[in-house]
Amino acid sequence: MSSTPFALAAAPSRRRDALQFYGAWLAVIAVMLILPRAFSSGGALTTFSLMGISVIFALSYNILLGQTGMLSFGHAVYYGLGGFLAVHAMNAIGAAKWPVPLPVVPLIGGLAGLVFALILGWVSTRRSGTAFAMISLGVAELVASSALILRSFFGGEAGVTANRTKLFKLFGLSFGPQIQIYYLVAAWTLIALIAMYALTRTPFGRMCNAVRDNPERVQFVGYDPHIVRYIAFAFAGLFAGIAGALSAINFEIANSAYLGTQQSGVALFAAYIGGIGVFIGPVIGAILVTYLSLVLSDLSSVWQLYFGLIFIAVVAFAPGGIAGLLLRHRPLLRAGQMWPVLRAYVVAAPPTAVMLAGLVLGIEIVVRHTVGTSDDPVMHLFGYSLDTGSPLSWAIAALLTLVGFTLARLTWKHVARAFDDAMTVARAKGYLA
Amino acid sequence: MPGLVPGIHALIDNKQDVDGRDKPGHDGDQSKLRTGPILDRRIAADLRQWQGARVLELIFTSTLNGVLFGMLLFLMASGLTVIFSMLGVLNFAHASFYMLGAFFGYQVSRWIGFWPALVIAPLAARVLGAGVERYGLRNVHRNGHVAELLFTFGLAFVIEETVQMIWGKAPVDYRVPQLLDFPAFSVFSTNYPAYKVFMLAVAVAIFAALLIGIKRTRIGMIVQAALTHPHMVGHLGHNVGRIFMLVFGLGTALAAVAGVIAGPALVTQSNMAALLGPILFVVVVVGGLGSLPGAFIASLLIGLLQTFAVAINVSLASLFGPLAAGHGPSLLTDVWNVSVAQIAPVLPYLLLVLILIFRPMGLLGTRET
Repeated sequence: MSSTPFALAAAPSRRRDALQFYGAWLAVIAVMLILPRAFSSGGALTTFSLMGISVIFALSYNILLGQTGMLSFGHAVYYGLGGFLAVHAMNAIGAAKWPVPLPVVPLIGGLAGLVFALILGWVSTRRSGTAFAMISLGVAELVASSALILRSFFGGEAGVTANRTKLFKLFGLSFGPQIQIYYLVAAWTLIALIAMYALTRTPFGRMCNAVRDNPERVQFVGYDPHIVRYIAFAFAGLFAGIAGALSAINFEIANSAYLGTQQSGVALFAAYIGGIGVFIGPVIGAILVTYLSLVLSDLSSVWQLYFGLIFIAVVAFAPGGIAGLLLRHRPLLRAGQMWPVLRAYVVAAPPTAVMLAGLVLGIEIVVRHTVGTSDDPVMHLFGYSLDTGSPLSWAIAALLTLVGFTLARLTWKHVARAFDDAMTVARAKGYLA
Repeated sequence: MPGLVPGIHALIDNKQDVDGRDKPGHDGDQSKLRTGPILDRRIAADLRQWQGARVLELIFTSTLNGVLFGMLLFLMASGLTVIFSMLGVLNFAHASFYMLGAFFGYQVSRWIGFWPALVIAPLAARVLGAGVERYGLRNVHRNGHVAELLFTFGLAFVIEETVQMIWGKAPVDYRVPQLLDFPAFSVFSTNYPAYKVFMLAVAVAIFAALLIGIKRTRIGMIVQAALTHPHMVGHLGHNVGRIFMLVFGLGTALAAVAGVIAGPALVTQSNMAALLGPILFVVVVVGGLGSLPGAFIASLLIGLLQTFAVAINVSLASLFGPLAAGHGPSLLTDVWNVSVAQIAPVLPYLLLVLILIFRPMGLLGTRET
């Protein structure tokens, strides 16, 4: 990850910077408060709650990948265990009538995540790099397979359910309606955001970055990279547990899918697509991924394929993710060099769109031709209908893709040249990337 | 992990107590026969002999199946190890090429038969693999190893979705070719299918070819050199890019061969890559990253371990008797009643954790990362 250095916001030394810094946090709070008023439908509130949970989960994942350089394929283990512990805690609290209100339950989930990360992390964090990635996968499979054996705790295939309204009521809040859950999730998201941001600013956070960039040198300075990785792993487990508990509260169920590799993949996708080099990256990624998964799953039966393709495209063409892509333009913007680059983008956009349209058309034709034979073989697009059985529509898809690809390659070369030129000018003016 | 271990179906009917629990009172059943003491002794002797034969049979078939499964694993693990050593990238999509091999094999064998499929499907996978290396991985390489690993992760995801899109989620009807659809020999009372013998023969033949290829041919020498000194090979003037492409293609082709021959014996389904992939990584880590002999030993070890575990229907409850009747369902009863066969899927990962604790570089590995 040395190519995408972790961009730390400049310390708010001057008053203007301080204003900007606190202004940004106030804006986050304002957005959280305005959202449920602007979109008050139940579906929208659920979406926002899911986004908040996903943001915490993706950020906790980024403590590993972005900050400490540990690529984990099993982060959902701590998310899932947090969820299961939260469900069992809710049931126990409800049955014993302990005076513990629901807003505290995510803390229980977080502690569960922390404890399990402390137990399982010691072995996993001994090695970094590819070995760590594989170990995390092995541990994840171990826990996921065990979950199906230990039925009394994990509830087998069906999972464990709970009733969130049966807990001790603080200020008369029942947490039945989704709006109350939304505010609960929003509050916890804010707490987790602040805590995880603060973590990046501590000396420990900097040590994590050092371990990521050069573990050997960290040893020379007198730190043990294993210990640093271990502590970072524990923090990641803590926040993943909180996210899992919130998810369990939201759905009132925890099942083995919480622990699975699919869920780990979601965190990885969200963090990486958003950008692991910047704190805000996983936040953007989590919101986008949650939104896309809801929208795309309505539009297409193979939405996960598109998801994978988007991920591959980000890995291949924008390793800094969306946030990294945006940040690269900052020196250009400051130097007033955006226009030539923007012009190049505008030129490149139509052929790229044509290529993508061809690809999507091709995929959808294949879908209707194979699995969905029961579906209507005639596609309806923007008022046109296409018979997917006819060779004509296949030819159209192939033609769009090929022509779009050929033209897009040329125009993107132009974009790269324009970007380089603008960057040279910006550098000459003293604005560094 | 249903369908992962070949031939377990043949062993399942051995079970005497189906739910793995010792039923109280059943032991005394023989005394109700009211036979004479001599006859009684003869029955007991017969029974002992029969059980002895059962155990022998179990050991024999499990060993055979375990070696077979291990060889299949090695067909994949060898490619994965060589690719990892040379390119420094762990190919997450390796098991996906195994799956593609099985589905290509199914499709081609439906069109023109199994025997052409045995050649065509790996070749197709090889072209695909070489393309992935040339146009995908090589471009991602400049973004670092994590990006490469993530690229293959995304690829595995896309391949699974594509297979689901084309062949659906349900298992396809990939059958053993008629030529080999007969029992080769029978052990005690179980028939051992000829197709499995054929699988074993193919796996062993490819293993031998691989061994000779690596030890004796020029390209094998370069590959061997690249395992330990990848940069030096480049400095010596070899076209490293082309070797990488070749090795990647060969590795995927090997995985695809495994897929083509395993497909009819196991279940050819879109989740077969996701089921096998993690086990493959366990093999590579347990054997030692970048060590071919290590991968071979680990493949056999895990193959045998899983096959034997599946065949053993023993739980703590069957050894020490059921728990006191007062116990409701709890973690203890879960652990007490679970049989070795049921924890078979967990065993490779347990082995992984143990290896990591006691020998972090793997059985024969020398490298730390």
